[in-house]
Amino acid sequence: MTEAMVKAEAVHKRFGRLEVLKGINLEVQSGEVMCLLGPSGSGKSTFLRCINHLEKINSGRLSVDGELVGYREAGDKLHELRESEVARKRAEIGMVFQHFNLFPHMTALENVTLAPTRVSGLSRKDARRRASDQLAKVGLSDKLDSYPVALSGGQQQRVAIARALAMRPKLMLFDEPTSALDPELVGDVLDVMRQLASDGMTMIVVTHEMGFAREVADTVVFMDQGVVVESGEPTQVISAPREQRTKEFLSKVL
Amino acid sequence: MIILIIVASVVRAIVVNPNFQWGVVGQYLFDPRITNGVVKTIELTVIAMVVGILLGVLLAVMRLSPNPLVSGFSWLYIWFFRGTPLLVQLLFWGFAGALFSKVNLGVPFGGPVLISASTNALITPFVAAILGLGLNEGAYMAEVVRAGMISVDEGQGEAAQSLGMSRLQTLRLIVIPQAMRVIIPPTGNETISMLKNTSLVIVLGSVFELLFATQQIYAANYKTIPLLIVASIWYLAMTSVLYVGQYFIERRYGRGFSRAQQATMRSRWLSFGNAGSGVG
Repeated sequence: MTEAMVKAEAVHKRFGRLEVLKGINLEVQSGEVMCLLGPSGSGKSTFLRCINHLEKINSGRLSVDGELVGYREAGDKLHELRESEVARKRAEIGMVFQHFNLFPHMTALENVTLAPTRVSGLSRKDARRRASDQLAKVGLSDKLDSYPVALSGGQQQRVAIARALAMRPKLMLFDEPTSALDPELVGDVLDVMRQLASDGMTMIVVTHEMGFAREVADTVVFMDQGVVVESGEPTQVISAPREQRTKEFLSKVL
Repeated sequence: MIILIIVASVVRAIVVNPNFQWGVVGQYLFDPRITNGVVKTIELTVIAMVVGILLGVLLAVMRLSPNPLVSGFSWLYIWFFRGTPLLVQLLFWGFAGALFSKVNLGVPFGGPVLISASTNALITPFVAAILGLGLNEGAYMAEVVRAGMISVDEGQGEAAQSLGMSRLQTLRLIVIPQAMRVIIPPTGNETISMLKNTSLVIVLGSVFELLFATQQIYAANYKTIPLLIVASIWYLAMTSVLYVGQYFIERRYGRGFSRAQQATMRSRWLSFGNAGSGVG
């Protein structure tokens, strides 16, 4: 058995006095799609942000592809990585945000070519080719020169996905990618994610889309108040939850 | 209508009043001493603003640094230079030679001196003017730039970082270009203030900017009012030019923020061409 893509052991995270993650243990295998469910404030977004070191964990161990996130281990001591090393690791992990966070002063194409040229050092021509391929895959070949303000929410989120994919990540993190969208635009974004999953991408998705979780996820994790309450196959967790808290949550959202 | 009548009567009173000596105004408007003063004023404004803006960006970045020592230094600088009058700062620079007779470059605290120069040779009145105006402006520009930077949504920085961009790249390529929209209008304001504040340099003597040149002339011929009008006309003309410049810079950095401007590259270039021909 190969090492897990993401491995969390007793991960704790505090904001001041507030303990948001109270010992998270979970593993995501390469090629697996994991959906994180749970009420708001349950810590699922925070956990996602810890994985690419946008948040620092306070204790526990968190590793991606066999390497600790944000630290280097020497003997039994942990050394914090330098900013450039953290940045290099982040480049291998794609992240999609609830509010898209496209760069408004750049066209769709410029949004997607930026990191490949500036971070990976691709030539302008290669980056352009890679970017237009990615934008074609998400169905936006005709929007290359549009500024984000001229795109619908669904289109913006698909550009954001293309932007992350253009870095050829080994892991994709989705932080409520459809929560800010009008209902009729959700489908297009989920289609893109479904396609990505079937291409074998390792994905961790924080979502409230039960249909998507049931259909696409290999594992569903239900979190509440900073702990993993229950995890397993979607049919089990969503259709036949064992825990009372999971049942209560699902009865509200389904 | 009432406003129009009031304005018209005030204008008439000014034009007809012989004390204004409009003939003298016309006579001195393009006097070489005056036009040289205008050039000097522009020179001071441009150099001091460049110093101020560069310093402002540096101080703003320092102020937002997670390192408390770095941000503390920036805070202290801004506190000092905003808290004392510009006129006093200019006088201090003018008297720098009296405070420190020599400027030494070398190992501090009694180490060997590598280069040494007399302060008076180094800080000429013009340099004193630039230092006074520029260092003071830096403190104000720092706050302008900082306001622009914190106006940019935090998600922008996070998105850039998640793509593997460094803090400096994020700042340069993502945060600053978006902050420019917020930074430019008050910077226009600052530039206009600077243009007029260059007249304070008069206290240093021997920097022949517009007001000093004007004063030199009326000190000799006592035509004080018409010459002050000459200076005012030039200050107004220069600030008017700045208005036009600001308009074009604002349009440049408004890209991607208004739906009216969106559209494709092609129509952007077309509209750019139109604007160009309009100006030409």
